[in-house]
Amino acid sequence: MDQILGNISLLFQFPVVNLKIVVDGLMIGAIFALSAYGLALVWGVMNVKNLAQGDFVIAGGYVAWWLAKKGMPPLLGVPVAFVVMWGLGWIAYKLVIARVIERDLFTSLLATFGLAIIMAQMLNLLFGSDTQSIQLQYDTLYLFDGFVDIPIAKLLGVLMAAALAAGVVLFMKNSRMGQAIRATAQDARAARVLGIDTEKVYSFTFSLNAAICGAAGAIIVMVWVIQPFYGITHSVRSFVIVTAAGLGNLPGVIAAGLGIGIAEQYGAHIFGIGYQQAIAVLLLLLVLVFRLIQQRRMRQSLK
Amino acid sequence: MKKPLSLLGCALGASLLVANPASAMDCETLTLGSAISLTGKYATNGIHAKNGYEFAIQKIKDAGGVKIGDKCYNFNVIYYDDESKGDRGATLAERLINQDKVQYMLGPYSSGLTKAIAPVTEKYQIPMVEAEGASRSLFNQGYKYLFAVLSTSEQYLASAVTLAAEKAEESGKTPSSVKVAVAVENDPFSLDIRAGVLEDAGRYDMQIVVDEQLPRDLSDMSAILTKVKLLKPDLLIVSGHSKGAATAVRQISEQKISTPMIAITHCEAADVVGNFGESANDILCSTQWAETLSYEDPLFGTAANYEMEFKGAFTEYAEKTVPYQTAQASAAVYVFKDAFERAGSLDKEAVRDAIAETDLMTFYGAIRFSEFGNNIAKPMVLRQIQDGKYNVVAPSKFASHKVNWPRTPK
Amino acid sequence: MRKILFYSALLLVILASPFLFPDFRTQLATLWLMIIVSLTWDMTGGQMGYNSLGNIFFYGTGMYVAALITIGMVHPVGEYTDASRSELMLFTDGQYFTGVLVGCLGAGLFCAVSAAILGYVTFGLRGPYFAIGTLGIAIAAGELVSNWDWVGGGQGIQLPVYPGNLDIGKLFFYFLFAGTGVALFIFCKWLYGTRFGAAVNAIRDDEEKAEAMGIHTLRYKLTAWALSAFFVGVAGGISAFQLIHFEPLETAYQTINLGIFMVVCVLLGGKGTLWGPVIGAIAFHVIKEVTWNYLLGWQWVALGALIVVTVVYFQDGIMGWLVHKRPEWFGIRVEKKDVGEEAA
Repeated sequence: MDQILGNISLLFQFPVVNLKIVVDGLMIGAIFALSAYGLALVWGVMNVKNLAQGDFVIAGGYVAWWLAKKGMPPLLGVPVAFVVMWGLGWIAYKLVIARVIERDLFTSLLATFGLAIIMAQMLNLLFGSDTQSIQLQYDTLYLFDGFVDIPIAKLLGVLMAAALAAGVVLFMKNSRMGQAIRATAQDARAARVLGIDTEKVYSFTFSLNAAICGAAGAIIVMVWVIQPFYGITHSVRSFVIVTAAGLGNLPGVIAAGLGIGIAEQYGAHIFGIGYQQAIAVLLLLLVLVFRLIQQRRMRQSLK
Repeated sequence: MKKPLSLLGCALGASLLVANPASAMDCETLTLGSAISLTGKYATNGIHAKNGYEFAIQKIKDAGGVKIGDKCYNFNVIYYDDESKGDRGATLAERLINQDKVQYMLGPYSSGLTKAIAPVTEKYQIPMVEAEGASRSLFNQGYKYLFAVLSTSEQYLASAVTLAAEKAEESGKTPSSVKVAVAVENDPFSLDIRAGVLEDAGRYDMQIVVDEQLPRDLSDMSAILTKVKLLKPDLLIVSGHSKGAATAVRQISEQKISTPMIAITHCEAADVVGNFGESANDILCSTQWAETLSYEDPLFGTAANYEMEFKGAFTEYAEKTVPYQTAQASAAVYVFKDAFERAGSLDKEAVRDAIAETDLMTFYGAIRFSEFGNNIAKPMVLRQIQDGKYNVVAPSKFASHKVNWPRTPK
Repeated sequence: MRKILFYSALLLVILASPFLFPDFRTQLATLWLMIIVSLTWDMTGGQMGYNSLGNIFFYGTGMYVAALITIGMVHPVGEYTDASRSELMLFTDGQYFTGVLVGCLGAGLFCAVSAAILGYVTFGLRGPYFAIGTLGIAIAAGELVSNWDWVGGGQGIQLPVYPGNLDIGKLFFYFLFAGTGVALFIFCKWLYGTRFGAAVNAIRDDEEKAEAMGIHTLRYKLTAWALSAFFVGVAGGISAFQLIHFEPLETAYQTINLGIFMVVCVLLGGKGTLWGPVIGAIAFHVIKEVTWNYLLGWQWVALGALIVVTVVYFQDGIMGWLVHKRPEWFGIRVEKKDVGEEAA
């Protein structure tokens, strides 16, 4: 308890710490938002709640890490992970997801959970269970007497995340496929009547989601660490963000992502870094309860 | 409804037949078992320990094996990978005992794993000599079949606290003005380190300004170091096995932490000098054993000789300091050899009693067990990394060099 | 008459199996644990349509409560779990067995009460939100306990070893689990035949309609979850004594092991049936033991694949498949027009 109070008083004693926490939180939150957007897409279009979301992220990270180890420039890992994970996403769709779309939601939840276990374990067998990261040889900006450190690598990561998000948004707005996806999300049956091949839309959406996750993972491995079993925490974060922001609401997803990033950093500072995972999960429960109270006011339940 | 199980039973029965490789000499094989971390967060040290076991087994073999009565035996160890996970370690221990019919066990790596496995060996009354579990919480359960050759963990960094107090007095301050920051892993070993440091610091009435736990994967402690930067402690303690040591040394230099005294565990095992070069300078490292100490035994020779021969046998250590984890693993095998020969039989109760009565001088130090199974005959030493060399600086009885204080990070 | 024969034969098998396969007593005890958690998961998941992914919370909590009661009756808990304790703190035989009895029952009661409290919040969530919410509770609980010094934090808790003969000890735990399992089975068999069972089924089929018909759904949901939590808590308590040492994240709140296994067992065996969870648990346990022995390293991949295949391709489970293939075994007469008719 004294520790917690002490940590809180640090925030007031040294206001610059707040700045560091916010900067760190924003940088990491931007990347959370990316995979959360993918989840929102899949959730909205095909009503699949993908618990393997985080494992796609981690798998993408390993693709980039492996290539960097083989001597490829690390930044190239992002587009390569995008492509590789697109393929993996397509395979996962054909084998598993295509068969659970029409079923009840628990089925998709459990099937993707099984997928998550398989993926985590395959990564463990392929790459070992150590935490990995790519150390980029860029400078670090030290601001405010060295208290706020912004590695250029992290900055690059955020920029790439933003570029990717912008690309996806433009694609959804302007391309034929993007329009078809949005039409399917609104009403799959109507879309089918109008001649949209929803099966194709579904497989495209899921592959796109996996690809976005893969790119996010490739960024995470440069600015943070990955480990085969970290998928579940990333999945939980995606769920928190989407549950908090709602579907089909990109600005909301970004705002929630950044908010979660900052909230986690503050939590880790105040309660100690040992609580980092607990905080991610408790935020989910908090968001669920909050939404529940909202719904109860309208005499509905959260479905 | 139980039919599938009986089929399973037959299948498992077939897997019991473990092939024992024939030894080069005419000695029979004496099988030991060990679940050890070959993957996961303790993998680095698990492999150090395994190498120590294997080195000692080879030495014993070369010296004519273990003589029990008028027969001679060579040790052979069945290893399983516990993936650094306690529940898996316990399962594997059951498997070693039930299915591989192992009668004697060597310990796993880390207090946490030992804590998970010791109840199993105790339940089956299998003597286990372990070399890598130091937490006091292992020796307060009244276990009769658990023996540890190493010193318990509260002693690891006690001399660092004493040093900090001495330095405070030298510079005209009171020891109670010393501010201490503690960052440890959330596992039995490091929590006991922390408890020891807090006790010692309490004795000098020092102030604990940071008391935090490292994240589970031990890969990022920058949030803790930010607080260290703000609160400017005089002594920073970090404990988290090899992984924690590597992270600490890397991030301390990245974040330019200028604490005058930093003490960590597992420097040699993480090879912080080889991996981080000058950033590791002036860091204090606790060690169970140092090759410069004047211990000796007939099998391995002196401590220095052990180091030399070990480097010859395992060339990947040629450029590093041989970690004490390896030395104590070899010592554990040596304890078994000594006990078997004194017991003069393969009866596991007789062997247990012989282990309990061990009073042995080894290259690793003296070994004598308390009634709870921990070794009470060997002190800990504190070394400092000075220009890439590990020099003993405390306790004063063993010190070969003076401590550099305050640290001068490059 | 055939039923009596069947059940007494079954009882005989249960009583005799630890003596017929003495080397597998621990595995047989674990099998009963799987049966217990599967049956309890089906009480809410299969019968009521509330798919919890967090029932492992009650298992972990049961372990801790049973251990803390046992320790607390004899020693101060904070001192017992202190990482720096150097003196012995032992238990007499009497204290041990009192601990087992009081600890396991206390664990069950504590879990039942906490289910009622947690359920008050989580039952507002439906479908996948309920599953995610309960999963969140289980993960969060494990993380928090691992940071709680008073209960030992990340080092876990150490209980005394079974006093006395090892073989008797194994039988002791086998029969504790088996006894709990049999009691649970009989209880379920009775419960599903009562008005309560009908009400719970009505909630599964259509909660709004059930409510409209005057069923106080929340009360039924809470009771069902509390009943299932009670048995999981007891099983957790027994596990704590059997395992002797356990730690929060990998043993007690093992979300992705036992927490998911129980769901898979039920789906494999057949959701919403009395025998499904039992058959599923046996099948799953056998598969698990075989993969653990012969596919070491790949066992998790195999289990993940089993989950996916079960969920995607075989969701009706073994019981569902049997009903379809051999309807006459279940007293269903199939008429020529393929209309199934339930016989009394």
